[in-house]
Amino acid sequence: MSKILLKIDGKDVEASEGMTILEAAQNVGIVIPTLCHHDKLEPYGACRFCTVEVESGGWTKLAASCLYPVEKNLVVRTRSEKVDRVRKMILQLLLSHAPDARELQDFAKEYGADKDRFEKEASFCIHCGLCVRYCAEVKKKDAVGFINRGAKREISFTPEMIEYCWNCKECFSLCPTEALQAAYGLTAALVSSSPSCERKSEE
Amino acid sequence: MDNDRIDQIIDKHQGEASSLIQVLLEIQSENRWLPKETLERVSEKLQVPLTRIQHIATFYKAFSLVPKGRHGIHICMGTACHVRGAQRVLDTAQDLTGIKPGETDLDLKFSLETVNCLGCCALGPVMEIDGKIHGKISPAETADALKKYE
Ligand code: SF4
Ligand code: FES
Repeated sequence: MSKILLKIDGKDVEASEGMTILEAAQNVGIVIPTLCHHDKLEPYGACRFCTVEVESGGWTKLAASCLYPVEKNLVVRTRSEKVDRVRKMILQLLLSHAPDARELQDFAKEYGADKDRFEKEASFCIHCGLCVRYCAEVKKKDAVGFINRGAKREISFTPEMIEYCWNCKECFSLCPTEALQAAYGLTAALVSSSPSCERKSEE
Repeated sequence: MDNDRIDQIIDKHQGEASSLIQVLLEIQSENRWLPKETLERVSEKLQVPLTRIQHIATFYKAFSLVPKGRHGIHICMGTACHVRGAQRVLDTAQDLTGIKPGETDLDLKFSLETVNCLGCCALGPVMEIDGKIHGKISPAETADALKKYE
């Protein structure tokens, strides 16, 4: 496969075709922070936290490094005033939804994000899709999925699968917030208190 | 809706998973809503996980996961209709049907919905029932129109 040469943070980096900027950077030990990326999952591009500055053909633009394929002679800056500003804003927006998320708080310190910048609208889930994608792509079970759209979008467990989930729970540690466990707990409680399901388990 | 009919619709689309939305739209228009058993059947036949079907069925407003009335009333609350008295039309419709926007009555006769523009502002206030436009409608005419439906 043909090699592609690019520059990341002033360092010459060799990558192969089809790689993303994020992968190329990780290969040489350059850290780009991510929220919705997972090595085992297809790139998703939901959080935009991995935003970097990309210079090609004399133009500079912002790009999500977990999706952007490497190109010859790209010049990438993983930290800059612009990039930091974007990440800070993303954090502030996400913190209004999930003010207690540890991962977000740690990043907030680094980027100087104020968790009270926006009015709280604690929906907890930050829609990174890690749980949904992990269940679909790795476990191939699709026990948890998204419902609704826009501001009302949320995740939902399948009641019929809740027993399977009880034994798996592999997605729990992926969730940057506590939304996933809460959604699981809610469905599990509904299943165990619903008479139709009880009857089934008695049979 | 029985499984044979669902299968017929699916077969019409060669059982292609990519035709999922078309299949759902056809079931919706024939059955007026998408019961869980129906979605399970579709999921099985098209080999699409139920969670993904749920995602799509809750994403588009064209789909309903609860039973809908035989007649769909849409009352426009857009700016033009609003200034011409859409609220009074809506009030009349609510009084007569006993339901609020987004609801369906117990006899499954009417489902009431407000919309933000029906695209014919010159006719405001506008009420649409089963696709038929009632333009420049007064509260009294609203009541008359609704009484005609069984
Ligand atoms: S529940 Fe957690 S893992 Fe799932 S989408 Fe929301 S934040 Fe991400
Ligand atoms: S990690 Fe790239 S968009 Fe989330």
